[in-house]
Amino acid sequence: MNSIRPTPTDTPAPRSSSSPGPVETVCPRGKAAPTQEAEWPSGSVPWNAHAYTLAPSTLPLRVVPGKVPAGFPSPAEDFAVKRHDLNELLITHAMATFLWRVSGQSMTEAGIFDGDILVVNRALTPVHKDVVVAEVDGEFTVKYFYKRNGNIKLQPANPTYPEITFKEGQSLRICGVVTSSIKRFRKSAQHLD
Amino acid sequence: MYALVDGNNFYVSCERIFRPSLNACPVIVLSNNDGCAIARSNEAKALGVAMGAPWFKVQHLQESAGLVALSANFTLYGDISQRMMTIASGLGPRQEIYSIDESFVELQGVRGNLIQRSHTMRERILQWIGVPTCIGIGATKTLAKLANHIAKTAERKPGLYPIELAQVCNLESLSAGELKDVFQRTDVSEVWGVGRRIHAQLKASGIESVWDLRESSTSALRARFGVVMERTIRELQGHACIDLEEVPAHKKEIACTRSFGQAVVSLEPLVQAVSEFASRAAEKLRRQHSQASQVLVFIRTSPFRSGPQYSQSVTLPLLRPSADTSTLVQTAVLGLRLIYQGGFSFAKAGVMLMDLSDEGVEQGELSLEDERLEQAKPAHCAQLMQTLDRLNQRYGRGTLSVASSGITTRHKIWSMRQERLTPRYTTAWADMPIARA
Repeated sequence: MNSIRPTPTDTPAPRSSSSPGPVETVCPRGKAAPTQEAEWPSGSVPWNAHAYTLAPSTLPLRVVPGKVPAGFPSPAEDFAVKRHDLNELLITHAMATFLWRVSGQSMTEAGIFDGDILVVNRALTPVHKDVVVAEVDGEFTVKYFYKRNGNIKLQPANPTYPEITFKEGQSLRICGVVTSSIKRFRKSAQHLD
Repeated sequence: MYALVDGNNFYVSCERIFRPSLNACPVIVLSNNDGCAIARSNEAKALGVAMGAPWFKVQHLQESAGLVALSANFTLYGDISQRMMTIASGLGPRQEIYSIDESFVELQGVRGNLIQRSHTMRERILQWIGVPTCIGIGATKTLAKLANHIAKTAERKPGLYPIELAQVCNLESLSAGELKDVFQRTDVSEVWGVGRRIHAQLKASGIESVWDLRESSTSALRARFGVVMERTIRELQGHACIDLEEVPAHKKEIACTRSFGQAVVSLEPLVQAVSEFASRAAEKLRRQHSQASQVLVFIRTSPFRSGPQYSQSVTLPLLRPSADTSTLVQTAVLGLRLIYQGGFSFAKAGVMLMDLSDEGVEQGELSLEDERLEQAKPAHCAQLMQTLDRLNQRYGRGTLSVASSGITTRHKIWSMRQERLTPRYTTAWADMPIARA
């Protein structure tokens, strides 16, 4: 059986007052020497963990973190997969996606509140009932897109606000379809917004 | 075969994405320091605002014609450009990004109707990012660029060219007769590589249209203008001489020069400016993994203002190549002190890093320096510079800088004038566009 002998450079000297100076110990694979283990308070790093530190990687998703028993590969190794990525969830056309911030109350019934961030996909063609960002009188507005029997209008979700209708010759320019709205309850990164 | 995809009045189009109120009115974008017009909307062109027109000369149009002038928002243009290039790259297998608003796409092996495909691509770019484009197609890059000019002009000035060439122009699809007609209608100055001086000389020898140049004797013009002209003529005839450059070549020199927002007389603000320019250039240098062997510094007064004129530059060699901000800043400031003279109103300064080589390439030598200094340097510096660049990338430019570039956050008198700057809509969280609900 192989044994691992810690070298003075990669093993911290035991901090216990009962062991004067570095102690050389030979321990069996996968098992810390019982005498050493007893000297460490529970929850702290085992004295030999240092020898098995994973090298820092620039590809964070390749390695499943966890304690690796000495000499044995991680049982999770074969199951290493990509972590949840919000970009993947929220953005399908990265080049055509822009963010808008909401100001106002006319869409609260649709779950869109003042200060929320809208993910707007310009690559999608709006269909009836989509939430869209549109240009009206030189400003951007977020509303429901209503299209029935050749009749097109912009509808607020909050019935106390007026609909926006268009006369002959007046053009409506849709900037894009709102695919998600981001609401943050506790802002962790204050400097961002 | 190549396509050239080019954004129409690109900077103005970028501004209009998030300012729909600018859609119908004449708009221009001004150069650094709000100096002159560097982009014009079609409405502004119709008002007669020339490319490069100084702002003070067209300022009166603000009142009389509703002209809107904006400071250049390169943060916004850079993002929109990247999006446009990425979408345009879908047109063919290889792409060369030629400038912020133009890219060549090779069409080798692309099947189907190229004109139809190009129109679809145009519409996609317009819908996805809101920027109108024109696409020119030709057998060579020179012809693609010419085709692009025709596509643009046919759209903007109806009647000059057949209307079906508007927006997308494929010279390869024209018959010999149509091609001759189109080339005869196009001035030779529109050819890629024909500058103002060559244009005047060509005109003097009777070469006025693109057709004239194409039919000229290559050997005679080569003898007179050199091999570049021969290449241009051959490209016009359909023989590809200029290949696609997919990876931009490393720069041989890196410069950071700027006009000041206000004239500067004393040395201290000049030291600040030169320190900042050198830092900026050093950052660019490290980004392409190069090191510099020489540093040039220049300062000059404005030739457009009355008063005593002074313009001077100096080039200082470095003991050994470096990409270290502190070394480069020190050298640049030393140079500045050598050329500075009091009593002048300086309008512009600049730093240029020259004689670049790949980082890590070092000439072995017998060192006569103090050994301790010697050992402290290279490895530590590289690490320090890496940390500096990372911090500035993560927390924004200027988070960490050399103190000689000024430690106050308040307005520096030499900094750029940008009085009409629009928000950084797509890159700064605080600048996100607002949708009314």
